[in-house]
Amino acid sequence: MPGPDRETDLTERIESFLSDLKRGGSGTGPLRGSAETARETTALLRRITAQARWSSAGDLMEIIRKEGRRMIAAQPSETTVGNMIRRVLKIVREEYARSRGSSEETDQQESLHKLLTSGGLSEENFRQHFTALKANVIEAINELLTELEGTTDNIAMQALEHIHSNEVIMTIGRSRTAEAFLKDAARKRKFHVIVAECAPFCQGHEMATSLSKAGIETTVIADAAIFAVMSRVNKVIIGTQTVLANGGLRAVNGTHTLALAAKHHSTPLIVCAPMFKLSPQILSKVNVHCPVFDYVPPELITLFISNIGGHAPSYIYRLMSELYHPEDHEL
Amino acid sequence: MADSGVTDGLCDTDDIERSKTEGKELTKEEKQRLRKEKKHQKKIKEKKDDAASHEDEKKKKKKKEEKPVGAASQPPTQPSQKAPAPAPVPVPASETPALADKPAKSKADLKAERRARQESERASKQGKKGDVGQPVPTSKPKAPPSELQPVVKRLPEHVQVDNPDVLKKLAKKLERQQIPLRSDYGYKVSLFSHLHQYSRKAPLTQQLGIPSTVIHPAIVRLGLQYSQGIVAGSNARSVALLHAFKQVIRDYTTPPNEELSRDLVNKLKPYISFLNQCRPLSASMGNAIKYIKKEISNIPSQCKEEEAKSKLLSCIECYINEKIILAAKAIAKYSIEKISDGDVILVYGCSSLVNHILCEAFEKKRKFRVIVVDSRPRLEGREALRRLVQRGISCTYVLISAVSYILPEVSKVFLGAHALLANGYVMSRVGTSQIALVAKAFNVPVLVCCETYKFCERVQTDSFVSNELDDPDELIVTRKGKTQLEHWQEVPSLGLLNLVYDVTPPDFVDLVITDLGMIPCTSVPVVLRVKNVDQ
Repeated sequence: MPGPDRETDLTERIESFLSDLKRGGSGTGPLRGSAETARETTALLRRITAQARWSSAGDLMEIIRKEGRRMIAAQPSETTVGNMIRRVLKIVREEYARSRGSSEETDQQESLHKLLTSGGLSEENFRQHFTALKANVIEAINELLTELEGTTDNIAMQALEHIHSNEVIMTIGRSRTAEAFLKDAARKRKFHVIVAECAPFCQGHEMATSLSKAGIETTVIADAAIFAVMSRVNKVIIGTQTVLANGGLRAVNGTHTLALAAKHHSTPLIVCAPMFKLSPQILSKVNVHCPVFDYVPPELITLFISNIGGHAPSYIYRLMSELYHPEDHEL
Repeated sequence: MADSGVTDGLCDTDDIERSKTEGKELTKEEKQRLRKEKKHQKKIKEKKDDAASHEDEKKKKKKKEEKPVGAASQPPTQPSQKAPAPAPVPVPASETPALADKPAKSKADLKAERRARQESERASKQGKKGDVGQPVPTSKPKAPPSELQPVVKRLPEHVQVDNPDVLKKLAKKLERQQIPLRSDYGYKVSLFSHLHQYSRKAPLTQQLGIPSTVIHPAIVRLGLQYSQGIVAGSNARSVALLHAFKQVIRDYTTPPNEELSRDLVNKLKPYISFLNQCRPLSASMGNAIKYIKKEISNIPSQCKEEEAKSKLLSCIECYINEKIILAAKAIAKYSIEKISDGDVILVYGCSSLVNHILCEAFEKKRKFRVIVVDSRPRLEGREALRRLVQRGISCTYVLISAVSYILPEVSKVFLGAHALLANGYVMSRVGTSQIALVAKAFNVPVLVCCETYKFCERVQTDSFVSNELDDPDELIVTRKGKTQLEHWQEVPSLGLLNLVYDVTPPDFVDLVITDLGMIPCTSVPVVLRVKNVDQ
């Protein structure tokens, strides 16, 4: 019987994914970078949808939630896992609603306040069975996967709109998104990049070698010199680990100092973050007592560049409501 | 007084002749002959425009080449000049009271005045080439410094590296003094092409065998200690310099037919050039050298050699004692008032003064804990941590990238300074301005501790125009078995920048604690002016 084999195969895969997550924290393990993690998570969720036993949308959501909680527990600092789970849950809800024929547009969140305080019951219990639901969900997840694959390119495509010639741009640590962004602009424009090395892991060194190999004039500076050279910098372009619901950032150590220095010199701070980094967690629930990451408040950020375009930090909560359902904020 | 006048005149001719005979080593006799000729010529010229040139000298007090003027003509005009000078009056106005005293000035006199001024300016421009040292002040009574002296400042060589003429001149001067020229290392970031960048691995002493007749071995050792970073920190460097100079003075013997006051100053010049090549002089060292030169040239010529030497040694001892040791005690006393029980104090890097303050406060049984912030590549905070923990103070250690994470816990920030500039900016180890910025953002008071001998007359608004570039290879590090930047020299578009200093704007600093008391950052020029008057 194919069922038990599929199940054991599925559980095996889930276990191996969990152990990968446990081993690697934020790009150091076999799952390099959050884009990879997001892709792996989504692929795994698709597999769960395809192979697990469920009869109604409610069952599927329960299974996803259960596995999701385990995944998040394996690596709490990797927020993309949770984000992808919430995306898939929203997909399931939408497909269910479409199958039922009702529209979900009435549920749009109007404000950040409603976003935070909504916890109201929905009368749906997702118990109806639809035969086409599985196929629809899998198709939607495939769309999500294609979106994920194109994020870095989409962001990099916008580079020429934001970087002009002979600029001096500062960045910190290593962000694959920011790297792709700068390399894309370097194809057509000549500019200078200053990389802060971001001790103690000194990932800035890797970023600098990679940028200089692409022909960009790069300088590596120590973290202590960020304020000293900031007066000659035209723009600060960084990546981030997570974007929070209020428009703030959870980014690598030293980013807050960089943001303060940029604010002091009135230098625009641009964050290149794909949409899958948006996390509905709000500050009080975010663990800021981890010195590997800094919290950067939204007042210090000028612009977010994501795969769907540029936004101001005050707009982030709106995007949140488009991507996730309020009930899924707490998994 | 006449003696010091003679000394000054001889100093002038010395310099003038040096600039004229670049690259040629003159024998002592030739030098003396040239000197005597120049002196004679000058004396004739002086007798001609004695009275008229007097007013010009008053204005050009800061320049090195002050002409010796007959003392008799000075006293009557001085009181009149002293009166307007303290009040900030524009120069023409100060001239008018003086002129009013001599109502019988005719057009011919004014013309002579103008001619004398031009000639003295020309002579002073010729004689300006050469030294790093500041003008030797004479012992004649000075009018209080008027703030509006036309200050013709000569740009120091070490910020003109991108100017090939300046480099050539430096090379010639060093050749004359028989000191090797240190060559720059590595690709320099274009923003800093006007500064030197040396490699630690190629100290100056490797390039040439330096005979001890040219440079005293104590100085060679000192230079090596500077360039390798064994002696670091502005107080330590100044004290080491003064001790080395004491050794030089002890071993010094006046050659026949020479005066100690003149010859010793000349002997010190190549030493200073050598030390400058090993590592650019700090502001505190510059002030110490100014003081020593002044003391040496103030030695009367009839003083016996032994007496003179012991006098100089005691002067240096006194300087170290007053300006550094006692100043530290005074600053500690003021600072301890600012430390209360239960404080969490943040310090950055290793400042000898701040460490002293914290140890004193701990002795006085204040209860506080310290957070030491450190930064790559120097990692000086580890030394501070070691010293504080040895005394029993409880410490935390973080890197500078975590400063915005721990700052909410901090109640005060104590920073040391390398120099305090005349526009109120604080020049200190790179990263200090960052700490001050973040502290300001979190509303934590920032206190800078600095002795007055580190006050400097320079002004600077950013960290680019004058700085020090350290060895770029120090940024290279191995993480997880990979050294990313190992071959950075081979990649043409990659540069490493290892800055040593940065400037903190005065609005980030809440208080400066000096041995004269607690002052705001903007009062530094006032202190400088008071110091100049005292001297």
